[in-house]
Amino acid sequence: MGKVIVVTSGKGGVGKTTSTAALGAALAQNGDKVVVVDFDVGLRNLDLVMGAERRVVYDLVNVIQGEAKLTQALIRDKRLDTLFLLPASQTRDKDNLTTEGVDRVITELKRVFDWVICDSPAGIERGATLAMRHADIAVVVTNPEVSSVRDSDRIIGLLDSKTLKAERGERMEKHLLLTRYDPARAQRGDMLKVEDVLEILSIPLLGIIPESMDVLRASNIGAPVTLADARSVPALAYFEAARRLAGEIVPVTVPGEKRGIFGKFFGRKAA
Amino acid sequence: MLTPDSRSIRIKGRSFLAVVLTPDLPFDDWLVRLDDLASRSAGFFLARPVVLDVAGLEIDRTDLKALIAALAERNVSVMSIEGARHSILGPGLPPAIKGGRPVSEDAVTREPVAEPRNAEEKPATAAVPQPLQSLIIREPVRSGQSVMFPEGDVTVIGSVASGAEVIAGGSIHIYGALRGRAMAGSLGNASARIFCRKLEAELIAIDGIYKMADDMDPGLHGQPVQLWLDGETIIADTLI
Repeated sequence: MGKVIVVTSGKGGVGKTTSTAALGAALAQNGDKVVVVDFDVGLRNLDLVMGAERRVVYDLVNVIQGEAKLTQALIRDKRLDTLFLLPASQTRDKDNLTTEGVDRVITELKRVFDWVICDSPAGIERGATLAMRHADIAVVVTNPEVSSVRDSDRIIGLLDSKTLKAERGERMEKHLLLTRYDPARAQRGDMLKVEDVLEILSIPLLGIIPESMDVLRASNIGAPVTLADARSVPALAYFEAARRLAGEIVPVTVPGEKRGIFGKFFGRKAA
Repeated sequence: MLTPDSRSIRIKGRSFLAVVLTPDLPFDDWLVRLDDLASRSAGFFLARPVVLDVAGLEIDRTDLKALIAALAERNVSVMSIEGARHSILGPGLPPAIKGGRPVSEDAVTREPVAEPRNAEEKPATAAVPQPLQSLIIREPVRSGQSVMFPEGDVTVIGSVASGAEVIAGGSIHIYGALRGRAMAGSLGNASARIFCRKLEAELIAIDGIYKMADDMDPGLHGQPVQLWLDGETIIADTLI
């Protein structure tokens, strides 16, 4: 049985879609079978970041409504043959996602893939709650600024109450992915420091992705940053995060700081 | 222009005992029976808050207005309506109410019969004191979450996030940072206190007296603090 991951944040524009694509491509490069699922019905983007926008025929809503088979809607990546995309519909809205339909699709995907990575829409409404519903692990994408941190905190509350795991009385595994981190600005106090964010959210740190032009460049050419330029700084950070997601213990370094903070943060469990 | 008054506004939760009248159809017959009851115990409804329970009745707004007018003629003033469809309520009608809990009929009917002269006359239910309750929350209270516990004290092992709130009838203890709102003594308990490891609160209230973040001593920001009420003022001091 594969693992279901939800990439979520509450706030928009923090890097959910970029992170979904980058983590998906990083895991697939290990030879694992990975599918990235776009839950942002009506405002789909994952197909663009994956460079598959011209190959979309059927989508998640078609599968849920029984108009297409799952195999017809899945798009295999041209560069990595273990990486697949299940695109969202651009012409429908989130009301077309039904709980039973999503149930069925995720159950089927789990049987075939090692990793099912769900790219959640922003907000806390239907699309976002359905994207997190079946997750085993949540990756909470946060920027080092107060509004993003507070929205993430809200999402963590929902992960602990509105998911199948929560309903069964189990605890959802939650990880913080700090994106768009700028060491110079954090030093000047224009941005929250890593320890401030960790103190407020009190969940373990999966990785810190530095603010970088490489991320934008990769999006524009339609490739996950871990495929576009595997040796760039953000790509290396995503590769490390993917290894941690797979259970490996890799020390976290804060960009701009020489010493590792592994002992200080990564090992620390949520309060 | 008026000079701004420095006194704070008091907001409190308070529970009252209301008489709930449950009319049945047709209303004319029911009113006759009500008049009969009123003639036997004069002034029963005088100066009492009355809630009208219309759950399950097939009536429209006109019927409801007529009933309220008929009750007003009998000096029964309806303060609220329970169990009505939203569509039949509106301007000019009492607001909807819900969440009422039944009490023994004793407590309702005995009260108006003058003051009890001695202890024996008090309803037996009032004699048994309720033990103080407490609620323990073992994880952080996240933004958007609300913990409400009018029965007693709340202890949080973790932080209370910005945009979260804890409301307790008794005291509030937070073993972490308080970044959201904490309201202690919410049902009117001036001896309730608030304790936290790190004070970064958006709002603090004890017994209806409140303090916003801007009104707090900046020197206490981020400190372990306890807050209590001295008369009408919230006092804050660091915990050792």
